[in-house]
Amino acid sequence: MLLKDEVEMLRRVPLFSGVAPAKLKLLAFTSDRVSYKAGQTLFHQGDPADAAYVILTGAADILSDSPSGEIKVAEIEHDSIVGEIAILCDVSRTATVRANSALEALRISKDHFLKLLSDYPEMTIEIMRVLADRLSHTTTELSEARSKQKQAAK
Amino acid sequence: MEKSLGRYIWSNTRLQQMWILFVVAVSMIPYFLSFDLPKQIVNGPIQGTGFDTPGATQTFMRLQYDFPYIGKIVFFDGLQLTRFQMLMALSLVFLLLVVINGLFKLYINTYKGRLGERMLRRIRFELIDRVLRFPPSQFKRVKSAEIATMIKDEVEPMGGFTGDAFVQPALLGGQAITALVFIIMQNFWLGMIAAAIVAVQGVVIPRMRKRLLELGRQRQLTARELSGRVGEIVDGIGTIHGNDTSNFERADIAARLGLIFSIRYDLYQWKFLVKFINNFLAQVTPFLFYSIGGLLALQGRLDIGQLVAVINAYKDLPGPLKELIDWDQARQDVQVKYAQVVEQFSVDRLVDPKIQALAVEPINRLEHSLHAVNLTVSDDTGAPLLRHISVEINPGETVAIVGNSGSGGEALAEAFARLVWPDQGRITIDGTDILELPESVTGRRIAYAASDTYFFHGTLRDNLLYGLKHAPLTKVEYEGKSAIRYKWNISEARKAGNPELDLNSDWVDYASAGVTGPHDLFNVVRPVLDAVLISQDILDMALRSTVNTATHEDLTDRIVELREALRKRLKKEDLDDLVVPFKLDAYNPQATIGENFLFGSIKRPMMTNRKLAAHPYFRAILRENDLFTDLYTMGLEIAENAVELFQDLPPDHPFFQQLTFMTADDIPAYQQLLQKLKGRGIDAASSDERTSIIRLSFSYIEPRHRFGLLNDELMAKIVEARGRFHRNMPDDLKAVIERYDPKKFIASATLMDNVLFGRIGVTQADGVDRIRIILRDIFDRLKLFESVLSIGMDFDVGSGGKRLTNVQRQKLNVARALLKRADYVIFNRPMPALDQRVQDQITHGIMEDLHKEGRPPAIIWVLSNSALANLFDRVIVFDNGTLVEDGTHATLLEKNGIFKELVGT
Repeated sequence: MLLKDEVEMLRRVPLFSGVAPAKLKLLAFTSDRVSYKAGQTLFHQGDPADAAYVILTGAADILSDSPSGEIKVAEIEHDSIVGEIAILCDVSRTATVRANSALEALRISKDHFLKLLSDYPEMTIEIMRVLADRLSHTTTELSEARSKQKQAAK
Repeated sequence: MEKSLGRYIWSNTRLQQMWILFVVAVSMIPYFLSFDLPKQIVNGPIQGTGFDTPGATQTFMRLQYDFPYIGKIVFFDGLQLTRFQMLMALSLVFLLLVVINGLFKLYINTYKGRLGERMLRRIRFELIDRVLRFPPSQFKRVKSAEIATMIKDEVEPMGGFTGDAFVQPALLGGQAITALVFIIMQNFWLGMIAAAIVAVQGVVIPRMRKRLLELGRQRQLTARELSGRVGEIVDGIGTIHGNDTSNFERADIAARLGLIFSIRYDLYQWKFLVKFINNFLAQVTPFLFYSIGGLLALQGRLDIGQLVAVINAYKDLPGPLKELIDWDQARQDVQVKYAQVVEQFSVDRLVDPKIQALAVEPINRLEHSLHAVNLTVSDDTGAPLLRHISVEINPGETVAIVGNSGSGGEALAEAFARLVWPDQGRITIDGTDILELPESVTGRRIAYAASDTYFFHGTLRDNLLYGLKHAPLTKVEYEGKSAIRYKWNISEARKAGNPELDLNSDWVDYASAGVTGPHDLFNVVRPVLDAVLISQDILDMALRSTVNTATHEDLTDRIVELREALRKRLKKEDLDDLVVPFKLDAYNPQATIGENFLFGSIKRPMMTNRKLAAHPYFRAILRENDLFTDLYTMGLEIAENAVELFQDLPPDHPFFQQLTFMTADDIPAYQQLLQKLKGRGIDAASSDERTSIIRLSFSYIEPRHRFGLLNDELMAKIVEARGRFHRNMPDDLKAVIERYDPKKFIASATLMDNVLFGRIGVTQADGVDRIRIILRDIFDRLKLFESVLSIGMDFDVGSGGKRLTNVQRQKLNVARALLKRADYVIFNRPMPALDQRVQDQITHGIMEDLHKEGRPPAIIWVLSNSALANLFDRVIVFDNGTLVEDGTHATLLEKNGIFKELVGT
C-alpha cells in the first residue's frame, strides 16, 4: 500500500476528515505502518500509552480485564482510530486491543499526535466532538442503568 | 620521603655517581692532550721547528717517566720520523683523540641520561605507590588532576638533573678553580681581583635568585591548581551545562591564566635582570685587568708577558663559572619542585607496605566473627556518625541493617569495608584489628558494594573480574626476542626500584571464584548476572557489537547453525515474514537500495559510503544498463516528495525524526536543486548534483517510505548489477567489502545482523523486541548463551564506565562483589538508581537463589526498603548513630519498637 492510498483511507476516518490531504500525507509518512496477524495484540491494558493506531484494514476486539476474565467491550473496524484517549490524558491503557483478523494499522506516536493537535485546531475540535459524543453516550447509558436499578429496587 | 633532593639522589645512585665521576676524570686526559696537540703540529712539522735539514728526523711516541727515587724509566723508545711522516702521524693522533673524546662524551651522556630516566621512573613509582597507600581521608582533600600533574610534569626535570647532580659541579668547579689558581700564580693581586669578583657573583647572584625561586614555586602551584580546575571542569561538565555556569568557569580560568601570566612575566623579567648583572660582573673583571694591570705594567711593577698570560687565563674562567651558576639555578629550582611534591605526598597514617604485600597463595576462609568493639566514627566536621557501637556478625549469618538514611548503618558498613577509619574502638576478626590485617585478607575475604561505583577504562570483562586480580598467578614463558626483552624489562625495573610483577600473567584468581579456569568461568558468572538482572543488557550489547572472530570462534563457527535455527523457529511460530533473509539472486525489499546493491558489509573506518561512491569501479558498474539514470530519476522523485512533505515545517519539528535520508537543513538546498533540475534530463545536473540526488535513492526502503518508486524491473536491474559488481571487483575493494555469504560469519557486521542474515520487516509490530526474545531462547537451546555473554563482555565501558547507564553500573557493582565469593559480603544501599520493584527483585534473587550450594557467605545488607528484612536471619536497627534493636525479624516485630514503625505494619 502506498502513501497516497493511506491518505485516501485516512480521509475516511472522521477525526481526519477535515484535514488537508497534504497534511494527511505528512501524517502517514511520519507514522509507522504495522501489520498484525489475527490474535496479536496492539497493546495491553495497563501498558503505558505511547501511540494511537488508525486501523487501515481488518478489525480488532477491545477487551477489558475483569475478575471473571477478559470481556469483549466492543469491536472496531477499519477507518477508525483507537488508543488516542490514553495519549491525551497520560494514563495507562484502559483496555486491551487484539486483532481478530489480519490487520493493518498506522501507528502514530504520542509526540507526533500531540504535535498534530497543536498544529491543526480543526483536528482538536474533531477530537473534542468525538469525546463529547462519547461522554453524552456514556451519560445516557448511566442514567438508563440507574433508572433500571431504581425500578428493580421498588 | 627524603626531604633533600641531593640526598635522595645520592642515596639511590651512589655507586653510579662515583663511577661516572671516575669516567669523567679519566676522560680529562685525552681532552687535555688534544689541547696541546695543535700547537705541536703547527710548530713542528708545519713550521719546521726541529726539521732544520732536509731528511732530519724526530722521535715520535717516546714513552718515558721520571719516577722519584727510581729515576727515569723508558717504556718505549719511539720511532724516528721525517717531517712529512711526523705531520701525518701527529694528524692521525689528533684524529684518534677526536674519536676518543667523542666516544667518552657519548658514553658519559648516555650514562647520565639513563641514570636520570631511571631516577625519574623511581620517583614516579614511589609517588604512585604512596598514593596507593594514602589513608582514605586524604582523598577528600586532593584533586586527582593535581596529583597527576605532580607525578607527570613536576618531577620530570628531576630526571634530567640527576645525571648532572654531582658530575657537573665537580667538573666545572675543577675547571674554574684551575683557571683561578693559574691567574693567582701569574700575579697575586690580579688573582685576588678575579677571586673577589667571583665571590661577589657567588653572593649576589644566589640572593637575587631567591626571588626567582619563590616565583618558580608560585608558578608551579598555580599551574598545578590550573590542572586541578581543568580536571574539575571535565568531571563536572554536566553540572556546568545544567546550571549555565560555563561563563563563570571561563571567568575563573581567565583569572587563573592571568595570575599565571603575571607570575611568569615577572619571572622572565627577573631572569634576564639576573643574567644581565651576571654578565656584567663577568665582563668587569677584564676591565679591571686592563686598567689596574695596565697601570701596574706602566709603573713597571708587572711585566707585560704576565699581564697577557693573566688575561688569557681569565678567558677560561667565566665559561665554567657561568655554567656552574646555571647548574646551581637548576639545582635550586629542582630542589624547590621536589620539596613541593614531597610535601604533598608526605601524609600521616600512610598504610604500612606490609598491609599491601603481594600474596600469591590462596587466603584461608575467615572462620571467626566480624566484631565491632565500641566503635565511634565521625565525619570530617567531627559530628559522630556512629556512637560506641558493639556488634558481632557471625560467619554465614545474613544480617539486615535498617534505619532511616544517615542513621548509622551506612557508616558501619563503610567501617567494615575499611573505607572509613574509626575514631575510637575497632573492628576485629579473631582479635586482630582489620586495619592491621593485610589487604590480601580483607580485600579477598570481604566484599563491599555501595551506590558509588567505579569502573576502570577497559572491557566489561576486565571490570567484572577486577575483584579477582590480586596477584600474577601464572608464569608466562617467553621465547626468543620477547624473552630477551622481558629479561631487560625486569632488570631495568629492579634498577629503578619498581616491582617485578608481570602484567601479562593471568591475574584472575579463578579458584577463589570457584572455577578452574577461563573456560568454565561462566558457570559462576551467569547466575550472578542473572541475579542482578543484567544478562539481558549484556546480551543486547553483544547483539549490537561486531564480534572479534579470532577470540569467539565457538560462536562464529556455528553461525550457519544459528541462522538455520532462527529460520526453523520463525517457521514453526508462523512468523516467516518477521525477517526477510538476504538471497544472492533476489531483491530484499526490507533493505535499502544501497544494501541491495552492495550485498555486503563495508569495513569501517577503512571504507565509507562517500569513498565508495567516488570509486571508479563502483561508478562504472552503475553506468552500465542505465541504472545510473534510473536511480537519478528515483532520487529526484524522493527529493520532490520530501520537499513537498516537509517544506513548511520548522526545522525542529519532531516529524523530521522520520526523515531518514536527509536532515531539516538539507531541505532548502534540495528545493533549489529541484527547481533547477526538474523536468530536465540527467545531463542538466553537474557531477556534484548528481551525487547528492543519487545519494537519496540509496537509503530508500519501499515498505517504509511508501512513495511507490520501486518496480520489479528496477529491482531485477539492481540484483543484476550486484552480480556484476561482485564478479570483477578489484582487490582494493575486495579488501574492504565483505560480501554476504550464508555460510560465513560477516566480521564487519553486528552479531544481530549476522544471525538474522536479513532485515526485520519494517511493518512488523514490535519486530525487534520479538526477535530479541526468540534469539535469547535460541542461544540458550544451542548452548551458546555464554558465548554471547562473552561477546557482550568485550564491551568497552568507557572512561569511568560512563558508556554504561547508572543502573547498569550499580548492578555490575553488586555482581562484582558477589563474584569474589567472599566470606563477608557487605551491601551498603547498593542500587538506589533502580526502581524499588527491581531492587526488591534483585534482593530476593541474591538472598534466596544465589547461595544454595557451598558454604554461604555472611551477608550484611544496609536496606533501603525495610520490608525486605524478613529475608534475613537477623535484623539490626539503627537510629541516630546508635544501635537500638537487634534480633530476628519475628522478635523485633513483636517488640513494637522502632523497627515496627519503620516497616509500617
